Formats: sequence, C-alpha cells, structure tokens
Amino acid sequence: MSQYNGVDYFNIESLISYEEKMIRDTVREFVSIEIIPVIEKYYAEGKFPMGLISKMANLGLFGSNLPQKYGCVEMNNVAYGLVMQELERGDSGIRSFVSVQSALVMYPIFTFGSEEQKDFWLPLLAKGEKIGCFGLTEPDFGSNPSGLITKAEKVDGGYLLNGAKMWITNGSIADVAIIWAKLDGKIHGFIVEKNFKGFTAPEMKGKHSLRASITSELILDDVFVPETHLLPKSTGLKSALKCLNQARYGIAWGVMGAAMECYETALTYSKSRIQFNKPIAAFQMTQEKLVNILTEITKAQLLNLQLGRMKDNKTLKHTHVSLAKRNNCEKALEISHISREILGANGIINEYPIMRHSANLESVKTYEGTHEMHTLIVGEDITGFPAFE
Amino acid sequence: MKIAVCVSHVPDTATKIKIANSGKDIDPSGVTFIINPYDEYAVEEALKQKEALGGEVTVFSVGGDANKESIRKALAMGADKGVLIKSENELDSIGIAKALAVEIKNEGCELVFCGKQSVDYDDSIVGQLLSALLGYNCVSTVVGLKIEGNKITAEREIEGGREVIETQIPVVITTQKGLNEPRYASLKGIMGAKKKTIEEKSSANVESSTEVIKMRKPAPKQPGRIVGNDVSAVPELVKLLREEAKVI
Repeated sequence: MSQYNGVDYFNIESLISYEEKMIRDTVREFVSIEIIPVIEKYYAEGKFPMGLISKMANLGLFGSNLPQKYGCVEMNNVAYGLVMQELERGDSGIRSFVSVQSALVMYPIFTFGSEEQKDFWLPLLAKGEKIGCFGLTEPDFGSNPSGLITKAEKVDGGYLLNGAKMWITNGSIADVAIIWAKLDGKIHGFIVEKNFKGFTAPEMKGKHSLRASITSELILDDVFVPETHLLPKSTGLKSALKCLNQARYGIAWGVMGAAMECYETALTYSKSRIQFNKPIAAFQMTQEKLVNILTEITKAQLLNLQLGRMKDNKTLKHTHVSLAKRNNCEKALEISHISREILGANGIINEYPIMRHSANLESVKTYEGTHEMHTLIVGEDITGFPAFE
Repeated sequence: MKIAVCVSHVPDTATKIKIANSGKDIDPSGVTFIINPYDEYAVEEALKQKEALGGEVTVFSVGGDANKESIRKALAMGADKGVLIKSENELDSIGIAKALAVEIKNEGCELVFCGKQSVDYDDSIVGQLLSALLGYNCVSTVVGLKIEGNKITAEREIEGGREVIETQIPVVITTQKGLNEPRYASLKGIMGAKKKTIEEKSSANVESSTEVIKMRKPAPKQPGRIVGNDVSAVPELVKLLREEAKVI
C-alpha cells in the first residue's frame, strides 16, 4: 500500500504550525507502523493491544496537553486534536483508550485534584505505568447522569462507596478509576484503586463495535476510599461534564481520522476496480459519492481547526464542542457507509478497514453524549428553551 | 566529543517528479520533502554515540530555508543544535562537501556522520569528499560501528559480503540501512526542538565543479509480454530470458 499522506483538499495544512504538522506526522507514522498492521487481529479476537501502551507512553500520547512538570508534552489543543485524528485513523478503540487516559482520568486529577494527587498520579499515568478509567454512566442513567445512584457515605478516615457503573472503557485493565458518586446528594469524584476491597470490574462481552477496546462494568460493594482519594475540587455533575467535554473535543477530531481512512480506501479501490471495462471511479454515481465524502471531510476539518483555535484562545463553549461532536460523528458514520458501498462486497471483508471503522463509529456516535443529547444542548443554547430535564 | 551529522532535504520517495520548465531542475510544487532516509540512520547513530560517549550533536544541512524542516526533525529526535548553510544555487556533491567542510571544521567536530547517499541525486560521494577535504579518515556504507577511545571498528557492506575496517578518530562515517533503527521523534522532542537554535551560515564562496545541462525522465517502462499461460510456454520463456533479456 502506498504511503498515507492524509486528505487535504483545501490546503488546510497551510493553517497549522510546523510543530503541529510534525506532531501529526509523527503520530501518523506511528499509526501506520504500530497499529494498522496488527489492529484487525486484535479486533477479531476482541482484545486490546496491551503492547501498545508503553509505546504510546514513550511517544508522549497520554495527557499530551497537560503541563511538562507532570511528565506530559504540553502541546496545544490543535496538536492534541491532530493526535486524536491520527490515532482514530488506526482504530476508534485505540483513540478511545488515549481519550480516557488523557481527558477522563488525567484531566480530572489535574483539574479537580490536590497537589499531592497530581504529583503522585499524573507522572504514573503519563508513563503508562498506571491505566485509568472513568465511571459516570450507570445501567439506568446514561443521558441522564444527574440521577445516578452510586452513593458515597462519610465514615471514619474516608468514604464508603456503593453502586454500579456500566459501559466503562478500559475498566477491566485499569489500575485506577475516577468514580462519580453522590455524597449527601451531591456528585463528587473519587480516585478508586483496583485493589480496594469490594471493587470489581467484569468485562462486558458480545460487542459488535469497538472490539479492540475493553468495556466493563464497575461494581462497588462497600468500597472504603480514604479521605486522600476524594477529588477535593470536584463539585457536582458539572465537574464530570467538564471532563466529558474534553473527551468530546478529542472525538470531534478523532472520527475524521476514521472517515479519511474510509475515503482513502474507497478512492483507491474505485480507481482500480474494473466493471463494464472501466474503473468504477469513472462512473458518475461513484464520483458523486466520493465528492460528497470529500466535501464533508473538508468541512469538518475546517470546523475542527477553528474548534481547536478557540479552545487554545479560551473562547470555546461546551455548546461548540457539542455541535462539532454531533456533526462529525454523524458524518463520519455516513462516510463509512458510503465507502462500504463503493467497495461493494469487498467492503465487508477485514482486508479493508471500512467495516471495522463503521462498526466502531456506531458507538462513537452514541458515547460521550448521544447524537440526540448534543442536538438538545445546542438547541437549548440557540433558543433558550431546555427540551430536557 | 563533538559530533556532526549531515542531513539532506529530499523529495519523498513516493512523490511523482516533474521536470521544471528550465529543464535543469525538478518542479518542487506539490512535492513533499523529507529528511533523506539514509541520513536518519546517521542521526540515530550520532545520538547513540552521544549517549554512550557524551558530547554534543550538531546537525548540518546545505540548501534553502526549507531544509530547516529536516534539521528540526533531527533536533526533535534529540540533536542539540542545527547549522543551515545557505546556498543560493543548487550545489553539486563537491560544492556541498566544501560548504560542509568549512562549517564542520569551524565547529570542531571530529566524528562526522552522513547518510551513504541522498535519494535525490544518488551520487553517494559527499561523505567521502568531505573526509578528504577535512583530512579525516572515512568508512562508507557502514552497517556496524564500535568506538573505543579513538579507535573505530566499522563493519561495512561490500559486494556480496561484509568487511571490517579499523581506523581512528577523526573520521567520517557514511551510514547504510541496517546500522540501527532510527527512533521516532517523541512529541516532547518536537516541542523541545522549538527552543533549540538553528544557526544560519552562508556558502557564498563555494562553487560547484559541474553543471546540469539537461534533466530528463527515464523512458517509460515497456509493457510486459505474456508468452503463454501454461506449461507449454516454458521453453519459449527460458529462451527469451536467456537470449533477449539476458538474465539467465
């Protein structure tokens, strides 16, 4: 296969800095060498490629927009977005792993943690010596997390946690979980270590999507959490949602990586697949499909770049992230479907990455705030009427 | 130890090259330029030797501002500083070697690494010319290297085998695939490279000894020929391979 050079119809490359480009290209090469050649095997077996963790840590992929004093790279948010885009070209499950470690574990410790917690946990998480997960969603509380029933009770020297979490990425392989629980009716974050008595994380089996990623339940049965493990600055559901907003930002970029891989595959295939004595790329219907895909990719690329610049200059609102996450996930999923059509029957075989991306994107469209919830978040913002709650 | 590594900024090997209107150069529009792949082995070896022996690695490149990209790549991999030797005109191998020799001497580097060839002009001679100009020893096409004190033991690739050469520092080593596995520039290295300096020098006094008269693309490949599609075609195939293609 020829070298992948990205999709850039509008020379958007001219809008990014040399460092941003170099970071993107480095991760792109890493994905081509370390992820793409092995990912189908892990996907088929339903396993996460554990061997990648130390390699990704060495490259500096965990918490890469956090300060260097914690062992992180401290890149800007555009570069962070480009990293997510390249990782998801490999697989949404790998990007999810990095998203969770970075945006849902390191970010909350950095934002809501004490100095001691930051100094202890962040370097370990950056080095990949500890793996984290994030426990907010519960079996009966998905889009409506404010209703969560996991409970923290004040006891001597700490807290006693009881409850269950579901759909937790990295759960069974995590050394540490950021658990959101109600203390006196108010939501707080807790750092729960895997060896705490009463804490278990059984893996959820039978997924047709994100198969190269671990998804688990977290069960908390009278788990004693010492006082030192409460995230002191976490106050209410807002804190948890702030973390999700970080992750959603990465998703808006990430899904376009998957979409570009589908497009490249479909474009290459259409030029070499001969039917009726000519390449199918020469047919008007195929061309229209390819042009529609390229148009959506280009629009999303410009959207992402401005999203990142706004995040870097601190003018970004969470509703902007919702709009981008909502649009890009839907478009990426559509792009994967159209690409599959272009490949015909070959589109369903794992010799090509399209069906895997397509199946993954079904989850990505739903997790971190469903498509519908993001519609209502932006809807409320522009009309002033909340359509939920 | 002061270590020098020379890098060339070349068109990506996957790019389709077009000849410029002048007929004497390539048209750079739409061409992606990269650090010369053989130079990546040179950078890696320089960094490994620095890690073992201590010292400092300086990256040298001759060309225009665009060459800074390849210098920065080497800085991101871990080199300490860069020197861009600016040239107005395209220099030939001897011109490049002369420009490098002046600055490497200025810098006082005694261990010099170059890729065995650059994948654009393929002369495979800059390292050797450089060693002659500097009065240094030279081992080319190196696939194994050991340095103990001033003593160099280098294994080099030769036609059909390998030979082991012993020599002394100061030395120019040209690097071949297989010598090492070039590291990724870590993301931290990329951010750190921003703070490293690239000094700009001029090569105004350096001239080429040759001139490009005309550049042209090789003739397009002839399509293959099918001599048959079962066993009965084998004698004819053997005959053609022997008499026409002269490969057996």
